[in-house]
Amino acid sequence: MTPQVIEAHQLTAAEYEKIVALLGREPTYTELGIFSVMWSEHCSYKSSRIHLKKLPTRSKLVLQGPGENAGIIDIGGGYAIAFKIESHNHPSFIEPFQGAATGVGGILRDIFTMGARPIAVMDALRFGPLDIPRNRRILQGVVSGIAHYGNCFGVPTVGGECVFEECYNGNPLVNAFALGVFKKDEVFYGKAKGVGNPVIYVGAKTGRDGIHGASMASAEFTEESKQKRPNVQVGDPFLEKLLLEACLEAMQTGAIVGIQDMGAAGLTCSTCEMGSRAETGVEIDLQYVPQRETGMTPYEIMLSESQERMLLVAEKGREEEVFRVFRKWGLDAVTVGRVTPDGILRVKDHGQVVAEIPNRALADEAPVYNRPYTKPYRPAPLQPPGELPAGDVKADLIALLDSGDICSKRWIWEQYDYMVRTNTLEGPGADAAIMRIKETGTSIAMSLDGNARYCVLDPREGAKLIVAECCRNLSTAGALPVAATNNLNFGNPERPEIMAQLVACIEGMAEACEFFETPITGGNVSLYNETLGEAIFPTPVMGIVGLMKTTPPTPVHFQQPDRAVILLGGFGECDNLRFGGTQYAKVILNALWGLPPALDMQYEKRVHEAIREIVSAGLAESAHDLSDGGLAVALAEAGFGAAGVGVRVEVPRADRQEIQLFHEAPSRILLTTAEPENVLAIARKFSVEAAQIGVTMKERLRIDCGSENLLDCDLKELRHPWETSLESTLHQP
Amino acid sequence: MKFGVVVFPGSNCDHDAWFAVSNNLGQKAEFIWHDATSLGDVDAVILPGGFSYGDYLRCGAIAKFSPVMQSVRKFADAGGLVLGICNGFQILTESGLLPGALIKNSGLKFACKPVPLRVETTNSPFTSDAAKGQRLVMPIAHGEGCYTADERTLDQLEAEDRVVLRYLENPNGSMRDIAGILNEERNVMGLMPHPDRASEPLMGSSDGLVILQSMVSAVAQASVLVEAKG
Repeated sequence: MTPQVIEAHQLTAAEYEKIVALLGREPTYTELGIFSVMWSEHCSYKSSRIHLKKLPTRSKLVLQGPGENAGIIDIGGGYAIAFKIESHNHPSFIEPFQGAATGVGGILRDIFTMGARPIAVMDALRFGPLDIPRNRRILQGVVSGIAHYGNCFGVPTVGGECVFEECYNGNPLVNAFALGVFKKDEVFYGKAKGVGNPVIYVGAKTGRDGIHGASMASAEFTEESKQKRPNVQVGDPFLEKLLLEACLEAMQTGAIVGIQDMGAAGLTCSTCEMGSRAETGVEIDLQYVPQRETGMTPYEIMLSESQERMLLVAEKGREEEVFRVFRKWGLDAVTVGRVTPDGILRVKDHGQVVAEIPNRALADEAPVYNRPYTKPYRPAPLQPPGELPAGDVKADLIALLDSGDICSKRWIWEQYDYMVRTNTLEGPGADAAIMRIKETGTSIAMSLDGNARYCVLDPREGAKLIVAECCRNLSTAGALPVAATNNLNFGNPERPEIMAQLVACIEGMAEACEFFETPITGGNVSLYNETLGEAIFPTPVMGIVGLMKTTPPTPVHFQQPDRAVILLGGFGECDNLRFGGTQYAKVILNALWGLPPALDMQYEKRVHEAIREIVSAGLAESAHDLSDGGLAVALAEAGFGAAGVGVRVEVPRADRQEIQLFHEAPSRILLTTAEPENVLAIARKFSVEAAQIGVTMKERLRIDCGSENLLDCDLKELRHPWETSLESTLHQP
Repeated sequence: MKFGVVVFPGSNCDHDAWFAVSNNLGQKAEFIWHDATSLGDVDAVILPGGFSYGDYLRCGAIAKFSPVMQSVRKFADAGGLVLGICNGFQILTESGLLPGALIKNSGLKFACKPVPLRVETTNSPFTSDAAKGQRLVMPIAHGEGCYTADERTLDQLEAEDRVVLRYLENPNGSMRDIAGILNEERNVMGLMPHPDRASEPLMGSSDGLVILQSMVSAVAQASVLVEAKG
């Protein structure tokens, strides 16, 4: 092996030395390829692993924590849910449509390989500003890709977020979350158990697409990256649908011992991980692998990331039961090898051994780096850029409602089938999506959230704020948060100041997840999100799920005039310093400074307890949590319902009304009720501030401060820009 | 009565139709696999939404050649009730059981949202329990739902009172706002909106039940007639 070949496989000289030591000889070219994908950052988590150990992963409800294809939570009544989030950032930049589509396909396979039927998908998307045409094309491609895959497969896409920031210009983020449901005693694992059992390949044929996708996802972007387009896989959602039905049906035969999807690193990853988990060996012969191209080398077959494939181990002698099911669905199912006792991944090609590597060396002995870290990189000043200029409440509010992060994302989510399978009680556009489980009378609420501006100002506090926000979303829907998955999107971990962001975010997340009792059951780390040396803001995305009884959801929007409007949690506090990460600072002042909003986790948790009790007692006619854009934006958003009901509120005196109306202090929820006394009594019980700040009324939004009127306008004036902003931006010439 | 819900490999609203019928309508429902050469003893057939065989070519273009569609055609020829929802409507037009075609939405994008509709005729076994002019809200979820036919066909559909449902706010560019039509014999109906997704309050609307309920009434009436004759 020449140093050039080793470097082209993104292995360091020291890593190569370790390979030679593990094998006791030089690797073959095929073996080098196998090591390079398994030891890539994407597959091995070599830079993050020691820090991920700090995350809480257990609770009474956790049936399966990190390390499997997805985490599993007990939801009662004999049922469980499996869920996970995964990134497809790099492919989505190179080829937005297929990159995003296969991102959805990959996470769906992670769910149904465990035996769960996927019932919901959500996506967290981040792009560069839309005034740049390329970013518009990327967004449209990504959205069409998600729609194409999810709609055809038959899983509803029920929520997510879409955020715009300069730093995602050359590095958009596509994080896909999926959740499935199954009986808790019918869980399948990726284990190659039982020496002598056949190893069976099912699904799509193997082609040359996606070779080295995992390594591509573990490097920075350069000018040459566009040449990597062939590394992006092509998705076929119809085939995935067949694979889903066939796998679930085959699992019912009782003949399947273990099963794992072929995702990143394809056949390589599935064989050695299944063997490693079961402490067995796996021997396959590539001549039996269904191929859609001729003349593929063992190297190409092992590293292909062709989509819609699964590897399973069946009970010896019961192969035919499995084959029968796959034949019914018109899919290839072929025995390609068997489970061996020796712990070795042995790959043959027409009987000739081309690779022979201990499974553990690949799956568990990957290098682990305790990379040096210093102080988190912080490209923003602590002090504001100057004296806060005087604002105009109405103009500022309209500008915020018209801005990319806050405006309605209807243009996006109407392209997603968010109702298929008729479980969606609350779909996109709400604080949390709610899916009912038809079998049990339980519903699952889920929220996906990130805030990179907070995290770049203070990664530790930013991560805690994200966990708090997700849990607040769920609680506002009336659900008890129970578990989480995380997607950590960062720059190059070999830069100590970027590594420091990652460490601080993980530690903040660990603290908050511990506190809010939402253990992390799995997730994904995406590093090297840099283009031409410019890193993205640290962007952890949380997906948190909660449990609630199946009841009609509490709407976000005001329902009727003359209802008491209560601000649960109080007006909150904010100074100049903590105003610098808000949407107001971004949109109106075009600046970023200071610190994220202050979070008191104890108080936040009491607010959650109070709102859950209020909602489950049926006292709230509407409930909406305050987040981006603060109080003023929440008041407007709650007025954008079908009923055309707005609000008249009174706010206290403040030095700077802009800060009072637009700051983003957490722990606050806006609700309407016909029984204000009962609501206030519950707030008192939990020692949570709450006050009636106004009443709902037809068609207008009015804000007063004593005798001074701060805002008085028709809802339509606010609603129009909010509703049309995204579409008109996308369709500009 | 018993509904048969046809399952193509890419059907993904088969369970929605099954659940609407069995859980929300309180009738029997069973699945019929796409290579079945017989429909068994069902009283009515639903072709559900989805992507029959992937539909990469043209929605429903391959489904029309499936064994089950030959049985469905025979069933319809004998007067059996056939309801095609979304992809089912596309398959019915491809198969020639209904006139016209469903092409890409005028907005060129997939569209998923509840839409208001108006019942145009109650002279059908699918709307006999509704009121003429009644407003129904049901979701659509399709990329190719723009109903298209030549002028003569459209005139004929209207002259023969075969337009069952019209959009009140046309979401896809369908000619003359057509959302659902009947065949000449009035026993086959196709519609793009999903009655299955509007069949209980938790879904946000129960308006779709009137379509399924009308089918139950029609089958009950027919069996009363048969018994009376017998």
